[in-house]
Amino acid sequence: MMDNGKLELVCPAGTPAALRVAVDAGADSVYCGFRDETNARNFPGLNFSCDELADSVRYAHVKGARVLVAINTFPRAGALETWHRAIDNAARLGADAVILADLGLLAYAADRHPELRRHLSVQAAAANADAIRFYVKNFGVKRVVLPRILTVAEIAAINAEIACETVFVFGGLCVMTEGRCSLSSYATGKSPNMNGVCSRASHVHYREEDGELVSRLGTFTIDRVPKDEPAPYPTLCKGCFSAGGYRGHVFEDPVSLDAAALLPQLAGAGATALKIEGRQRSRSYIRDVVASFRRAVDAHACGQPIPTGQLRRLSEGQTTTAGAYRKTWR
Amino acid sequence: MTEGEHMHKGATITLGPLLFNWAADQWSDFYARIADEAPVDRVCLGETICSKRLPFYIDRIPEAIERLQRAGKAVILSSLALVTLLRERRMCADLVAAGDIEIEINDLTILVHLGGGRRFTVGPLVNVYNEGTLAWLAVRGASLICLPPELPFASIQTLAQAAAQAGVESEIWAFGRVPLAISGRCYHARVHGLAKDNCQFVCGEDLDGLKVETLDDEDFLAINGVQTLSFTYCSLLADLCRLQAAGVTSFRLSPHCCDMVAVAKLFRQALDGALDGAAATQALAALLPAAHFSNGFLDGSHGAASGHGQPSHVAG
Repeated sequence: MMDNGKLELVCPAGTPAALRVAVDAGADSVYCGFRDETNARNFPGLNFSCDELADSVRYAHVKGARVLVAINTFPRAGALETWHRAIDNAARLGADAVILADLGLLAYAADRHPELRRHLSVQAAAANADAIRFYVKNFGVKRVVLPRILTVAEIAAINAEIACETVFVFGGLCVMTEGRCSLSSYATGKSPNMNGVCSRASHVHYREEDGELVSRLGTFTIDRVPKDEPAPYPTLCKGCFSAGGYRGHVFEDPVSLDAAALLPQLAGAGATALKIEGRQRSRSYIRDVVASFRRAVDAHACGQPIPTGQLRRLSEGQTTTAGAYRKTWR
Repeated sequence: MTEGEHMHKGATITLGPLLFNWAADQWSDFYARIADEAPVDRVCLGETICSKRLPFYIDRIPEAIERLQRAGKAVILSSLALVTLLRERRMCADLVAAGDIEIEINDLTILVHLGGGRRFTVGPLVNVYNEGTLAWLAVRGASLICLPPELPFASIQTLAQAAAQAGVESEIWAFGRVPLAISGRCYHARVHGLAKDNCQFVCGEDLDGLKVETLDDEDFLAINGVQTLSFTYCSLLADLCRLQAAGVTSFRLSPHCCDMVAVAKLFRQALDGALDGAAATQALAALLPAAHFSNGFLDGSHGAASGHGQPSHVAG
């Protein structure tokens, strides 16, 4: 547990090199996954072999940082062995915690590796104090990553009721409750829950049409932009559609979260840690974003104003949003 | 247990909870007719989507329960799918305290209140993707598990067999727009330029959900308040034989504005072997002339696809 009021900075590592960069830039903890379908960022060229994880754990521990292993997809029926082996390997290689979402996996980890810290993934969608209590009581969960649909007031209310660390997430905003979304498999056959992928690149097509660049996911048009403008990646829920006379971003605008501006409120709401998204991002992005957050967290802990500009520059979209952390977002 | 034994046990039909915001009178009339005429074995009642809707018809629920039970149908009370507010947590606690009617959990929140070996059923919005999770829920008291609609046939088969071993009924989503996502945001309010807290219940205008089209005018999705559904109606009428052979014991029909009694009769006849899959599918299309049907999750290609019981290739 970190000092009261000082947020733990949990940073992404898609590769061993990114892990070292994040640790060197000031991450308190780094999260990563194995190179298979057991984690929710199962992208080509990303993630860790057992040997890489072992080396990375050693590197992080020497520098005083922790390594959290995300095994946060839902195991495929008939293939539990792959996921069980991932948990066994994380325990064997000295991971500081595993991040899990599936009930059966939580039960397996609690039973076989009681000494291995269990964190609840955002994919488990524990969105209120009763749900969190359920996971704490049944599986000894020590920390829960809160769904991004919650407001600051809701986060504060949860923290007032439970004896469990909580984490909030900075990154590309998932507007749907994570772990409960099959939009991607409806369009492509591949989903976050089953395959660790959303709006997978292999199903993305771009074509020029009438002076516009059309981006499609599977057979569905997700967006159209003038051809000299940068085309956003066609993540399904961030696309442009029409419904009931409304035409535009029906589900969500393509913005990312400016959590730095909200950092004092979130710390005040009693959260333990701030998790940065981006296991698929470059080392230079990781270096900049981790260093920026390090400065922001340290500044806040010392009672100084938070430098927000650098974080805004790093965000994915043209503008940033306070996301669900402000009630009007809904 | 062999596949043959499963087939001869007689599959059951569950009418899932109404997902949409219908006026109280329409709600009452619907369940009265279901009680009197629909060949379904179980009926799930209650609000799973938006806690703000429940006050409009909560008074009607006791009468519906009584009428359905009198007609020999098992009644199940469904819990809310996304629980964030104190009021919603109380709804969960109240549901458990309400009596001895079986509860369908649609979020794990309610398990905190369900103790003492009380049996429950598991709705399709709970993530049961594998036999480890299924076994855990079975030990905890699950009597029936409706599997997530995005599961492919191979997973359904594995889970149906695991369910049989655990003494649990296995159910799949067999008719209706497929629930794909749930959010803290209300899309009905958003597309009408309203805030969720002052939504004016505009979702009540779209009795089967509001269609979402792509910018190329392709029919794509449907929104229902905080929920996103498929535009297509899932229909597994042509797949019932192989699903029964795989060990699935129950089939879920999700209420829509169409003639649900007629839909239930088609499924009953198809399950009993009185109507073959192709004829039943044709009859369903005649009942819902404007609907587009899909069964793509089953074959693992993509959910929006439609085939007719043919094993299809798996897309990249």
